[in-house]
Amino acid sequence: MDGGDALMDLFAETWQYLLDPDSWTGGGGLVARLLEQLLLTATALAAAMLLGLPLALWLGHLGRGGFLAVNVSNVGRAVPTFALLAILVAADWPGSADFGPYGRAGLATLIALVLFALPPLITNGYVGMREVPSDVQEAADGMGMSSGQRFWRVELPLALPVVASGVRLALVQVWATATIAALVAGPGLGRIITEGFARNDYAQGMAGAVVVALVALVLEVAAAAVQRAADPMPRGPAPRPPSPQGVEPVSAGSTTVAEAPTGG
Amino acid sequence: MTLLVPASQVRLSSAEEPSCYSRFVNEWFCWQYVEDRHEQITDALVEHVLITTAALVLGLAIAVPLALLARRLPRLESAVLGFSTAVYTVPSLALLPLLVPFTGLSAATVVIGLGLYALTILVRALLDGLRSVPDDVREAATGLGYGRARMLTRIEMPLALPVAMAGLRVAAVSTVALTTVGTLVAYGGLGDLIAHGVQRDFRAELLTAAVLCVVLAVVLDVVLVVLQRVLTPWTAGTR
Repeated sequence: MDGGDALMDLFAETWQYLLDPDSWTGGGGLVARLLEQLLLTATALAAAMLLGLPLALWLGHLGRGGFLAVNVSNVGRAVPTFALLAILVAADWPGSADFGPYGRAGLATLIALVLFALPPLITNGYVGMREVPSDVQEAADGMGMSSGQRFWRVELPLALPVVASGVRLALVQVWATATIAALVAGPGLGRIITEGFARNDYAQGMAGAVVVALVALVLEVAAAAVQRAADPMPRGPAPRPPSPQGVEPVSAGSTTVAEAPTGG
Repeated sequence: MTLLVPASQVRLSSAEEPSCYSRFVNEWFCWQYVEDRHEQITDALVEHVLITTAALVLGLAIAVPLALLARRLPRLESAVLGFSTAVYTVPSLALLPLLVPFTGLSAATVVIGLGLYALTILVRALLDGLRSVPDDVREAATGLGYGRARMLTRIEMPLALPVAMAGLRVAAVSTVALTTVGTLVAYGGLGDLIAHGVQRDFRAELLTAAVLCVVLAVVLDVVLVVLQRVLTPWTAGTR
């Protein structure tokens, strides 16, 4: 590339592409793709929450299956999103057929999205429940609460911040995965990017990337706001207490949890 | 599209006996494919390893000084953490195009993009690790006459290592997976095979590459666990 000039040209072309109403309207336009990806994201996140959260919270309540709940994240991270999508699309079922409003390879994409949303939901749900201090649980038992009462009134409210951060991670993950669906000619905004690159129209590729990144940031900020509102005990920006030696594995674990996905 | 079929494929499709990866059989598992195309597969694997390693080295090279600096300057720390959350939020398929104007369609685009993701994970892990060093250990070291530099290299860094290594493992495993997305700029290592496999509906190629990706991630993780055992022998009993 010829240094600065080519660079500025590309930025100018990207800007023009974004200003051109034709790039937003129509079948494969930005608006249609954006709505498609938002619909995919919402559906997959809701399905994953319905599937994963009850299981994770229940396991955490019982204190069982911790190995599975924590390691599911590690497995999820090692499997490339693109590879899983490719396998689903190449298989006889679900294949690359159109699926209602979800577009080409819609079912394959939805399955992949749900699978990649599950690890952060399950890990955080479980860890959140397990991190409820045992003396609080004992106090609940001592007050004569039943197991169910302890779950709904004590453990769940206290676990909510960690569970909510799992939902937030899952949202970021689902949005990223939905973008990658374009690599298998699936639905979503990623198609603007891959079509641009396929036609050597890098301005279009850049424009698609800008929209994807901006919406991702907006979703993240919105999720953070919801998470703050859901926290029953907002803790200000207090400095973190130095963790005592004994709980080292837990704090190291939660660090990893906070960073969980990036499978795609 | 058919014009682009490589010579090797033409030869094979006209061969006498149909192999398990011919268009008509198209089996998922096919050792014949691995034997016939082992050079192509090895090349993709080597490219994958090189890109992953380069991205991790790049991430580490920036993360270590950045974490040490951020620890001294609280304002820089919050800026670094905010920046890393933002980078982390941007999907990989969108991050790579944003780098293309600067680095073109090259392996550098993939290495820098993945290095950025690794950087965000590593900086956080390093900061967490340094924070996990107990204050009384620091005070004891000060009492023994340790200066700042010696305290960092002899006390803080070794004690921060377990948490930092946990971060490196996360970064390594996710970088192996993310390298596949590099196929957008034609430098995706095994991802290029997956992309080709999807386009041609070539199941053996696709699944072989996918399995190799996962195996590579597991191998790298095991290497890092062994490395951590060697570097921090005192943690062997507790984990």
